[in-house]
Amino acid sequence: MDPVLVGKAVFIFLVTVGLFGPVMTWIERKQSALMQDRVGANRADILGLRVIGLFHPIADAIKMLTKEDTVPTGAHRVLHALCPFIAATPALISFAVIPYGGTYTAFGREFNLCVADLDYGVLYIFAIGSVATYGSILAGWAGNNNWGILGSLRASAQMISYEVALGVSVIGMFMICGSVRLTDIGLVQQETFRLFGFLEHFGWIAPGTGWVDAITLPMWGILLQPLAFFIFLGAIMAENKRPPFDLPEAESELVAGYFTEYSGMKFGLYLLGEWTEVVVIAGLVTALFLGGWAIPWVSDVALIGFLSGLVGSDWGNLLAMLVHVGVFLVKLVFMIFFQMILRWSLPRFRYDQVMNLGWKIMLPLSLANILLTGLAMLVVQEVTS
Amino acid sequence: MTELVLFWLFAVVAVAGGIGMLLNLRNTVASALCLVLTMLALACLFVLLLAQFVGVIQVMVYAGAIIVLFLFVIMLLNMERDTLGAETYPVVKVLAAIFTVAVGIKLATVVATLRTPWAEVDEAFGTTREFGQALFTDYVLPFELASILLIAGIVGAIVLAKQRLE
Repeated sequence: MDPVLVGKAVFIFLVTVGLFGPVMTWIERKQSALMQDRVGANRADILGLRVIGLFHPIADAIKMLTKEDTVPTGAHRVLHALCPFIAATPALISFAVIPYGGTYTAFGREFNLCVADLDYGVLYIFAIGSVATYGSILAGWAGNNNWGILGSLRASAQMISYEVALGVSVIGMFMICGSVRLTDIGLVQQETFRLFGFLEHFGWIAPGTGWVDAITLPMWGILLQPLAFFIFLGAIMAENKRPPFDLPEAESELVAGYFTEYSGMKFGLYLLGEWTEVVVIAGLVTALFLGGWAIPWVSDVALIGFLSGLVGSDWGNLLAMLVHVGVFLVKLVFMIFFQMILRWSLPRFRYDQVMNLGWKIMLPLSLANILLTGLAMLVVQEVTS
Repeated sequence: MTELVLFWLFAVVAVAGGIGMLLNLRNTVASALCLVLTMLALACLFVLLLAQFVGVIQVMVYAGAIIVLFLFVIMLLNMERDTLGAETYPVVKVLAAIFTVAVGIKLATVVATLRTPWAEVDEAFGTTREFGQALFTDYVLPFELASILLIAGIVGAIVLAKQRLE
């Protein structure tokens, strides 16, 4: 086995499951407390030491692991045991294709900061995510519980509906980048475009006007495809079934929805999967729409060149790698926080509202987005050629 | 060697899934799950044949969407074999037998005429770009025909649903 590959995989695993997973439970409590003007979790202590409630994730883990694992009578035992794994695994392996940095050459080796730089990058995540549906659709049925089955039905209808809008909304981005590989999409987003360049092409301004060249914007997905960004974010949050799209597990009507009959660590796996998916969503949105690992207006080549000039080629490359991973993590944390703000701000949708939003609003808009993107690309091609 | 082991692994899983689907006719959910197993194994076989894009689409469309819909319908209607009723048209059975035999013969002849060594393929084979290019140039007619078929299915479903509403 290639040690670099193993290292990358371990890094991703530690960051998503080891760091973000547990800390997310704490952040979510603290953040909700902040938004609701409360103090938040601060009771768990080790020898009187409380550290602003940071021990709560540990207490949670111990509680989950030591609770009795109940299997209801009439349940399908095999499927009941299998479902939490089907639900949690996709979130854990999705990160394999999300690049958290570019490619660097140091000490005679090439480092590509993407565990599996697959040609079909984003499609891999969609495929894995669509298999995750089984984790929720079977859970309710396997537990032999009416609330569970209702939750499963809602979950499967919701996940299938939003998969369509999700897949269609990013096609515009694929058209611009000419690739579905996330590292290629990241590289395209490092370039810049002149915001008022079209004035020059139409001949309304003499070429070489200083301020036209000076005002540039990075080619981030959110700037090139703003509509796609909002549709994608909405659809992928609906896929994750967290509020405001949490009607499959609506506690006021369905107890806990499709995982009503789960306890102990099996229940914990559902929560773990959900939280890990929040991190994956943040990573995917960052890679697709927020420029990935790039610092705006500074390309990889420029940064590596600058740092190599300071400390030599090898260390310059490694330093650039650290900077890029840092930048990626900052954007990732921002997107996680954004999702949490939405989670505590919006009330739950009704079932018909969720279906209307997915099929009658998001899908037509994302189809129109493809058409508009195609037209815009043709115009740009005509003008610049 | 690794490829051969993987091939046999996925081939056995695919066939076992198909047989399991038939054996579980009393339990429709288990039957549908066996079909998922077959679809996933087929996707792995596609990847082994360097057709990665087809493999991923296989997981996304068949395992991830179509059979989920099957399960959705089974659970929504709570269908058991008795409520479905027996197949009333003997013609259907005869037609099914004829087509199965025809497809079987075709498959057998294809397998029998296969010769090693296999055709060499270049690096780009099976990538998204190559696949898209082939689909929209050489195979554009079948592609468009398939889309018309799908549109017809969608419109038909809506017409049926509307009738029931009125």
